Amino acid sequence: MLLELEFEIEPGNFMLAGEASSKIKETLKKLGVKPEVLKKVAIVSYEAEMNIVIHSVGGILKAIISKDKIEVIAQDKGPGIEDIELAMKEGYSTAPEEIRNLGFGAGMGLPNMKKYSDYFEIDSQKGKGTRVYMIIYNK
Amino acid sequence: MKNLHSIMLDKEKCKGCTNCIKRCPTEAIRVRNSKARIIDQRCIDCGECIRTCPYHAKYAITNSLEEINRFQYKIALPAPSFYAQFEVDDVNKLLYALLELGFDDVFEVAKAAEIVTHFTKQFILSEKNKKPIISSACPAVVRLVQTKFPDLIENILPIASPMEVAAYIAKKKTQREKRIEEDKIGAFFISPCAAKMTYVNSPLGFERSYVDGVIAIKDVYGLVRSKLREIKDVKSLSIASGKGIGWAASGGESLALEVEEYVNVDGIHNVARVLEEIENGKLKDIIYFEGLACSGGCVGGPLAVENPYVAKNRIKRLCSNLKDKEESLSAWTEEIINSFSLKLRDVIFEKELETNPVLELDSDIERAMEKFEKVNNILSMLPGLDCGACGSPTCKTLAEDIVRGFANDTDCIFVLRENIKELANKMVELSNKLPPSLERNDE
Ligand code: SF4
Ligand code: SF4
Repeated sequence: MLLELEFEIEPGNFMLAGEASSKIKETLKKLGVKPEVLKKVAIVSYEAEMNIVIHSVGGILKAIISKDKIEVIAQDKGPGIEDIELAMKEGYSTAPEEIRNLGFGAGMGLPNMKKYSDYFEIDSQKGKGTRVYMIIYNK
Repeated sequence: MKNLHSIMLDKEKCKGCTNCIKRCPTEAIRVRNSKARIIDQRCIDCGECIRTCPYHAKYAITNSLEEINRFQYKIALPAPSFYAQFEVDDVNKLLYALLELGFDDVFEVAKAAEIVTHFTKQFILSEKNKKPIISSACPAVVRLVQTKFPDLIENILPIASPMEVAAYIAKKKTQREKRIEEDKIGAFFISPCAAKMTYVNSPLGFERSYVDGVIAIKDVYGLVRSKLREIKDVKSLSIASGKGIGWAASGGESLALEVEEYVNVDGIHNVARVLEEIENGKLKDIIYFEGLACSGGCVGGPLAVENPYVAKNRIKRLCSNLKDKEESLSAWTEEIINSFSLKLRDVIFEKELETNPVLELDSDIERAMEKFEKVNNILSMLPGLDCGACGSPTCKTLAEDIVRGFANDTDCIFVLRENIKELANKMVELSNKLPPSLERNDE
């Protein structure tokens, strides 16, 4: 059995930022997922959601939950990442000044997502969009 | 499991309004047959429903003052917030008044708070902790974490609360000085807090509690006030410094710890919101999180009397009055720690905190997933008004209650009305179907 949760993420809307990952977390708690697993999903889905809010022109956050694993997919509609290798470096950020002043966009998003997921894949095309695919095993 | 919580309902007073079900942070209350009902395992004793109920139908079970007489030697353990309930500038008067109520001795929980601070500092410096460290002083917050934030349990400070440390030291001291056996000594917490009562019955992190009873501040308030009027000269009994007394109000614990990177939050819903952020990996730079269930901190406890804002201000004044003596008072802390050769390992949790899985839909994940889908299907048929008329706090909780087998979809008045409409239509339809042998008027 699979459970699919999908959320539309609005770009630039900091009022709603975090709501989708909150719902994913809540669902996992209802399902009795182990605390260690929950913690990882909480962090990667929140970072993914924030990335869409900060950097994209909108996208979706999706969680596919099955008995053995949780897949988290973040897909946005652009503008894409120019240099993925650089973007994966801790502390590197392209977030505009005003967003950094809000305490976001410290350049830890992607590195954190990679750190806390068991499988991490990123695909991005300049001008098109970015897709991050992550798996966290429910061991 | 008995005594899972201390908050009770006075059925006579309850009107079955839905104010409390809306405020409960763990969705522990339902209204059934026009009366509120608390789901035992879900209640974390935050006292929110006591404060919300317009009919004062919620109360906390605590011990009566008479119960101290079960013991040969009786010790009062006043909470720091006790000091804030009265208009006095000298804490000694208050402690003296407690003796007048029948106690043989007092030991200030505020002093124990300083001892806890001492060991918490050591713990923060040790390597093996998860940041931010979540204070364990408020049992309602600890139980909120166990129930709603199971992944943050490992962040909880595994150190005994000031109340517990106070009871332990007070008893050891009495045994040593008065040569009285431990089971003849009774230690009673003078409490603003309902959650502490539950703690005494089922301690968090420990097998047993050294506290023998919890007496509500509101139950001794009047007596203490009248004693205060009679008291003229008092002995010097108080040894707590401003650092310990400050624990009464939100932020006091963090201030005593002298860590720069701390966050202090009061009010159970605010605490829950910040715990969510910690869960998201934010607040990474924060070392200490002090969350208190009551608004204002313990001065706003459900068993306290004085307005929490006034009380908070009094605490501030008492602390600044002690400024000159701060050093000598603080020296007492070390003296006590040394004389009982207390080490960090003496105050550290004996057992790990468990998660409280009451919010799970099923212990088997596959079945939980099936139930989750069912909940969503039912939810799509409910109006989404969260009106509470069904007795559940939200449409979503009703849907869950239905799937858990505790409620019916017709508990929703809108679904019921829809069903009645359908039934009425069917009746009209049926009534039009006359046997062919009968003549119809409209033909
Ligand atoms: S004390 Fe708190 S958790 Fe318990 S029923 Fe009341 S509001 Fe809910
Ligand atoms: S804030 Fe203080 S009084 Fe209120 S529940 Fe927590 S420990 Fe008890």
